[in-house]
Amino acid sequence: MRRGGLWALAAVGVLAVAGVVLPRWLVFLLTLAFAKGVAVLSVVVLMRAGLVSFGQGLFFAAAAYAAGFAMRGWGLREALVLVPLGVAVAVLLGAVVGLLVARYRDIFFAMLTLAFSMVLYGVLIKAYTVTGGSDGIRIPTPSVLGISRAGDEARLLVYYLALACTAGSAWLVTRYAQAPAGYLAWAVRDNEVRVAYLGAPVNRIVYGAFLLASGLAGLGGVLTALNVGHVDPGLSYWTTSGELVFVAVLGGSGSVPGALAGAVVYEVLRSYAFKYAPYAWQMMLGAAMLVIILFLPGGVWSPVERWWRRQQA
Amino acid sequence: MSQVLIIGVDGLVFASWLFLVSVGLSLIYGVLRILNVAHGSLFAVGAYSGASLVVAYSQAGNWPWGTLLALPAAALAAGLVLGPLVERGVLRWTYGREPVVQLLVTFSVFLILEDATKLLWGVSPYYAYQPYQLLGQVHIGGIDYPAYSFLLLLVAVVAGGGLWWFVRRTRFGRVVVAVIHDPEMSVALGVNLSRVYVATFALGTVLAALGGAFTAPMISVVPGIGVEVIVLAFAVVVVGGLGSLEGAAVGALLIGLVRAAAVHLLPVLELFTIYLVMAAVLLVRPLGLFGRVEVRRI
Repeated sequence: MRRGGLWALAAVGVLAVAGVVLPRWLVFLLTLAFAKGVAVLSVVVLMRAGLVSFGQGLFFAAAAYAAGFAMRGWGLREALVLVPLGVAVAVLLGAVVGLLVARYRDIFFAMLTLAFSMVLYGVLIKAYTVTGGSDGIRIPTPSVLGISRAGDEARLLVYYLALACTAGSAWLVTRYAQAPAGYLAWAVRDNEVRVAYLGAPVNRIVYGAFLLASGLAGLGGVLTALNVGHVDPGLSYWTTSGELVFVAVLGGSGSVPGALAGAVVYEVLRSYAFKYAPYAWQMMLGAAMLVIILFLPGGVWSPVERWWRRQQA
Repeated sequence: MSQVLIIGVDGLVFASWLFLVSVGLSLIYGVLRILNVAHGSLFAVGAYSGASLVVAYSQAGNWPWGTLLALPAAALAAGLVLGPLVERGVLRWTYGREPVVQLLVTFSVFLILEDATKLLWGVSPYYAYQPYQLLGQVHIGGIDYPAYSFLLLLVAVVAGGGLWWFVRRTRFGRVVVAVIHDPEMSVALGVNLSRVYVATFALGTVLAALGGAFTAPMISVVPGIGVEVIVLAFAVVVVGGLGSLEGAAVGALLIGLVRAAAVHLLPVLELFTIYLVMAAVLLVRPLGLFGRVEVRRI
């Protein structure tokens, strides 16, 4: 595990240098990918407990809009205030929604989360005077640690902010996976009744995982909003949540590095696919997901991982 | 008094639409034990085939009442092509796997079909208003209603009644009921399980497409209409109890009437009524109104 930590540090170091070296459009894309990666981690956390959420967009959008309102309404600019604010809103929302949702499993969980995110989507579209309807709201450039820059340098600031948040989230989720709560979540996925018979509080474990996932999805949402400079109801639409599930499956459900690498690959591919095949993109996603689920249940990297393990043995 | 009448009529019409779009979902879940997320896009495919057939038929200058037959014909064709294709091509590889896997697989099918409709029919809207216009208005309690709404009611009753007759009165329907209760035992008694699965899935697909086709004249058919339907259909089916046909009918009625009441009395709540009803029912009866408790393996 210590070696994993070293690899992670090396990756962060390389990416920190990359921010200065790489062309600007790629830095922008990487920031988006990091934000998405953090949100994918939220799906990964839930998948550990055997739950699939088709509605993480709910928290993604709620946190993004919270940051947007705080900037527009209260004139807040400091990202180090906005990010915790967005996460707090997402966790609070998760605490309320979770009261109902965390009691359900399988399809019920999936469809209830989907329903909640679509309700938020409907509200965001209809409350035109507050949310700007389907146009959304423009967000001014944030400052980080009191440093405020314009143009490309501002982009770079957000990039480092996203990098730090992603590294922090990856660490958090890895720790969670090794903590009792994380192992119990895994056990719940395998056999919930047995876990209950062993005396573990199943519903609290699931509720906890749901809260953690809400916060992570919220973090991803705030970072996306700060990077793009614009929020719109699409953040809560099912396609946003569906993408997150897709990347989590692609990276191998339960794998943190898989989720983050998957998010980067996905974001780059998507920017090209939108250009060349705008109407066949989802179809390719669906087909790829089918192939992965049916033939590579451990994710795209699983053959590589198996090969690696054989080499080491 | 007149308001009660209006709410009743509105609710009944909305309920029949809800029943049409959700009964297929419940049927498929009852037999295959799979929640078919692709149901929404099957609805969309039905709407597109219905709309394009009506448009083509009308432009050819044919007998106008024929458009009313074009709708179910398009649904039947779409369902009978797509249903077996999805079941044999994809779903059958997932039987017996975890529900999460099945959920992701039908979600993949949903993604594929969403874009397939865009590639096949393009992204510009289709207007198939001819059947809607043809039927004109009906005068009830001082208010004009489009007669098409009542056609919807009729279609829902015919579809529901036909399904009930099929399940309770035909030989194949009884086999289906046997499979619902105990697939293993049915196989032991000589039931061809895959045939039942294909047929049920095809029937469910036809029903979804039928819902879509009869919706087409009331809306402009555009990409993305399927998503809302899967959420609505799930809500209806969950309220009634997954896999129960009577449940789908009762769930549709309940949600339809409550929504109609909300529209007329408390318009702010309109968007949330369905979810409120669903949440309320689930809190009291976690398996829905007609849901059966299943024995759980430890």
